[in-house]
Amino acid sequence: MTESVETSALTPAPGTSGQTGTVVRSTVLKRLFKNPLGIVAIVILLAMAVMAVFADVLAPFDENFANISKTLAAPDAVNVLGTDSSGRDVWSRLLFGAQLTLTSALLCAAVAIAIGLPAGLVAGYYAGKFEAVSNWVVSILMSLPGLIVLLTIRAAFGPSVWIAMIAFGVLISPSYFRLTRSAVQSVRNELYVDAARVSGLSDLSIITRHIFSVVRAPIIIQTAAIAGVAIAIQSGLEFLGLGDPAKATWGVMLSEGFKNVYLTPTLLFWPAFAMALTIGALVLLGNAIRDALEDGEKIKHRRQKAHQVEGAAAASAAKAARKTIAAVEAGTEHHLVKVTNLGVGYPQADGSIKKVVDDVSFHVDRGEILGIVGESGSGKSQTAFSILGLLPDTARIVGGAIQFDGNYTVAPGEDKVNQDRLSKLRGKRISYIPQEPMSNLDPAFTIGYQLVTPMVRILGITKAEATRRAMKLLSDVGIVNPDRTFKAYPHEVSGGMAQRVLIAGAISCEPDLIIADEPTTALDVTVQADVLDLIRDLQRRLGVGVILVTHNFGVVADLCDRVVVMQNGRLVEEGPVREILREPKESYTQALLASMLEGKEPMTMLMSAASSSTASPTDKENVL
Amino acid sequence: MTVSAALGAEGSAPARKELLRVENLVVEYAGKGFRARKFRALTDINISIGQGETLGLVGESGSGKTTLGRSVLGLAPVSGGRITFEGQDISHATRKQRRVLSRDMQVVFQDPYTSLNPALEIGDILAESLGVQGMETTAAKKRVKELLDQVGLPSDAIHRLPREFSGGQRQRVAIARALALSPKLIVCDEPVSALDLSTQARVLDLFLQIQKDTGVSYLFVSHDLDVVRHISHRVAVMYRGEIVEQGPASVVTGNPEHPYTQRLLLASPVPDPDRQEKRRADRHRLFEEQRQQNEQAAAFA
Repeated sequence: MTESVETSALTPAPGTSGQTGTVVRSTVLKRLFKNPLGIVAIVILLAMAVMAVFADVLAPFDENFANISKTLAAPDAVNVLGTDSSGRDVWSRLLFGAQLTLTSALLCAAVAIAIGLPAGLVAGYYAGKFEAVSNWVVSILMSLPGLIVLLTIRAAFGPSVWIAMIAFGVLISPSYFRLTRSAVQSVRNELYVDAARVSGLSDLSIITRHIFSVVRAPIIIQTAAIAGVAIAIQSGLEFLGLGDPAKATWGVMLSEGFKNVYLTPTLLFWPAFAMALTIGALVLLGNAIRDALEDGEKIKHRRQKAHQVEGAAAASAAKAARKTIAAVEAGTEHHLVKVTNLGVGYPQADGSIKKVVDDVSFHVDRGEILGIVGESGSGKSQTAFSILGLLPDTARIVGGAIQFDGNYTVAPGEDKVNQDRLSKLRGKRISYIPQEPMSNLDPAFTIGYQLVTPMVRILGITKAEATRRAMKLLSDVGIVNPDRTFKAYPHEVSGGMAQRVLIAGAISCEPDLIIADEPTTALDVTVQADVLDLIRDLQRRLGVGVILVTHNFGVVADLCDRVVVMQNGRLVEEGPVREILREPKESYTQALLASMLEGKEPMTMLMSAASSSTASPTDKENVL
Repeated sequence: MTVSAALGAEGSAPARKELLRVENLVVEYAGKGFRARKFRALTDINISIGQGETLGLVGESGSGKTTLGRSVLGLAPVSGGRITFEGQDISHATRKQRRVLSRDMQVVFQDPYTSLNPALEIGDILAESLGVQGMETTAAKKRVKELLDQVGLPSDAIHRLPREFSGGQRQRVAIARALALSPKLIVCDEPVSALDLSTQARVLDLFLQIQKDTGVSYLFVSHDLDVVRHISHRVAVMYRGEIVEQGPASVVTGNPEHPYTQRLLLASPVPDPDRQEKRRADRHRLFEEQRQQNEQAAAFA
């Protein structure tokens, strides 16, 4: 079996219709270099580093060489940036200052990393006592007033830049500790770490191989910021006159310049400029790395491009369409929902559009349950969401139309779902049952509140009336003790119960259409059977139309009247449920049904056997 | 049904040499807060797996089936009872013993998206456990190629990252990782439940093929009775931390004794409207019967 088998049989050859385009990704470094701010920051920092490293060669004078006869001189051929009050060359001191300032900032960051990173790794990975103790130490360190500690240390150990920066490194190490610990905690229980444990890897190898990689990027970003802060703090101390006067640093120069600010203002300008440039570049670099690590940024670019490509003609056409809603095709008004040649796509980095739904047409009548079946990535949820108008902002309708009850919600030629038109329908006439019941209830509010509020708003009834109706709904959906559930918070009920609550919510405003997106996939199989019973009963009683999105043919057989099979964004086959399940015409539907386990001889190959007998549907005798 | 009865019922099959035995296993987790009551995840579990045999473990969420698999692997604490592997007590194996054990016992997890380190190339992921056992780099490389071939992935996969593969292909990588040291037992924790229908069928085929070729045993955990029936020699049904029924796959999944297993069997829908309607009616009838039995039992008590 080769990779091609994984994709052959069920996917069409590239170049045919269906989902087109690819997801375009680029590496972090490439993205960093595409960001102009990132390049500027890198260039500035590299230039500073070169100046610092080659200060001995570049500087025309020694840092403390004083020419008493030439103090506070204006720039000339010998002293390119002039001299200070002792006649020392500003340019030379700036270069040597860069050396000392940058190395001391690096020292500070190195000390902070040396303490914070291993402590954070150990605390995050093992938790327990070490974490408790280190949290105490961190809290103490963070509560110390930094500047006062630094002043005390200077008083005790003398005006050494190095000692001050080591102390500051210790003081700032909690920020690395916390960053590392939380990053490690988030991956500690990942399955790949468990797999490494099962493989017998020692803790040290697990930490270095599997855990360190998640910490790397945030540490780099943090270091850019910390180095900037260290430069600022160090210069601040020296500006106050607490530095080592025998060494040239930007802070000492700043202090010196400040004393002569009325005589030669440029003395203040140069060190300040160097500092602003360096700290600014560090901050920008941190931002650029963060942006490069996130995917979001480049999508904005694309959207603008896509708009330009569309051109003015399409824009004006869309504008015209917005003013007057076109009438739907005659003879189709009686359908509850009609989707015609729908296409949905996402613009990509290279300007192309990745189509996820292509040329899909179907309709749903009142009192009918339509199943949309397909595997992951077949576009079935995207189709359902475009009817609901809940597609992400970046999505584009690239073709076709959707009509609901005789009116367009997406008219032909429109590239977005019209939210004005849909918000009047959504919740009131079209409602939704989601896949994950728990994540669709707000944990901060009681279930009763979440049922009553939409009814008060949409139906315009009083709160008391809405409460009465909510109780009735809860007992309608088979909740034994509606009063208790009404007052409960979502975490206090089970998953099956939460799904019943959401179904109660979906029917609360007497909709005409319910869109259920994998409503039982997250539930246990016995609970699933109960929820399917509930949906069937309610649908018969209320006579609503239902669009049921699912990957489970058993669920389809249980509920649906008609079925649409989707694959790679295309509609493969459509028909009454018995026809599709018993005599599928398309090979894809046949292959899907053949991979069902129900009714198969145990311990036999499924796919190899399936290829020979795909035509025979699974109507073997019932196992019961 | 007791363990011995379950084993006895399998009389027709050739006697298998026992590989793993779990006796009276109890797993408890400390409760939250000071002197809180302990949470008992597993109560009095007895299972055994022979060489080349698959034991299917089926149950709903929270039934403890995953915890049982994890306790065999040493990832969950054993509070009581014994786990023996090839006659050796491994209930409280140290890290060092585990490293030796990892040659014989491996795992395939449910989620192929989080069970592979996103930052490592496939080749490195597969070579990891080989390196732990002290295999040389060149020999490891050769073995990795063999493994990729065995699970049906192209050999250029070595230098690709997990995100460049689909869910089914990633699960193949996870299976290859489990196979790397030619283990005797693989604990499979819901290995196909995150996969699409057709991918699931292919991965199940792969599991069967590997067992045929290498004679490996599986502890196969799943919530799907259809999957368990398809792949297992014997099936154990778990409910609220206990095993309620265990026996040959055809008996447990065809003609179950325990009321819970009966409910489980009838709850799973079949892909035909008319047969599903019949199953639905059967299920409602069973509910009614069990309710009446419960009422009678209550009346007697």
